[in-house]
Amino acid sequence: MNLQMATRHALFAILELAAQPDRQVAAAEIAEKYGISLNHLSKVLRTLGRLGLVEAVRGVGGGYRFVGNARRVTLLDIIGAFETVGTPAASHREPGDDTAEGRALRSVMEEIDILTRATLSSITVETMLKMIRRSQWNAPPAA
Amino acid sequence: MSDVPVPLTPTIRPATPADLDAIIALDQEMTGMSKPDYWRGVFDRFGNGSEGCILVASDGDRFVGFIVGEVRAWEFGSPPCGWVFALGVPQDVRLRGVGSLLFDGLCERFRQAGVKTIRTMLARDALLIMSFFRSQGMVGGPFIQLEKELAG
Repeated sequence: MNLQMATRHALFAILELAAQPDRQVAAAEIAEKYGISLNHLSKVLRTLGRLGLVEAVRGVGGGYRFVGNARRVTLLDIIGAFETVGTPAASHREPGDDTAEGRALRSVMEEIDILTRATLSSITVETMLKMIRRSQWNAPPAA
Repeated sequence: MSDVPVPLTPTIRPATPADLDAIIALDQEMTGMSKPDYWRGVFDRFGNGSEGCILVASDGDRFVGFIVGEVRAWEFGSPPCGWVFALGVPQDVRLRGVGSLLFDGLCERFRQAGVKTIRTMLARDALLIMSFFRSQGMVGGPFIQLEKELAG
């Protein structure tokens, strides 16, 4: 599964902000860390703001902060706000879907989709932060 | 900002026969099914610690959870590993660290038994408990469960 650019930006932004709950983080700081476009990131942050996941703090020292519940917001919540996860709904028909081959193929793809959704919806922001911390501890020291 | 529930610090200890009714009641509350014979069988097998382990959490006089696990070897070709096959915490004390303490207690038992991997299996729509196990550091393992409906 490949994530679209906006989705990756959103995930990076949420993880960066949720890791520093007591601080407002400037969009430019996030963009620089991940090597992503500030313009694109700003649009993504506005979307996350409309979803009630981040809040913009204006003025000197302003920036963004995470205002969701890190123990409840899942990867699927974030990814699903930017792209469709899995194959289109069953009501969306494609050529060949009504053949035996098409039905068998759809059955396999649906099995994959179900596992994907179960995985993404069982991983919260807090769990991701724990995984990141473990990854940092296990990383070899910089040369 | 989100409210963070105050952690509980219950005592984690091996289950005794006196805990059985509370385990049965909590399982019924969680699953909607009463299975007293099943749980008595589990206790007969694991309650003395020879085959597996049942740990319970007590906060003062109150029963606040249980976990059941067992070391299994060479099933499906797997080297010995610890299996968690039941975990329960009353709804009103969830998110207060009780499940984590029970899980840690079981991990310690498994470490003492010499195993290095802990494993479980879940319904794929059981997202709450799946989220819990993932929060404990569990990830997808090397096995995939397959099944088939038998005709007739």
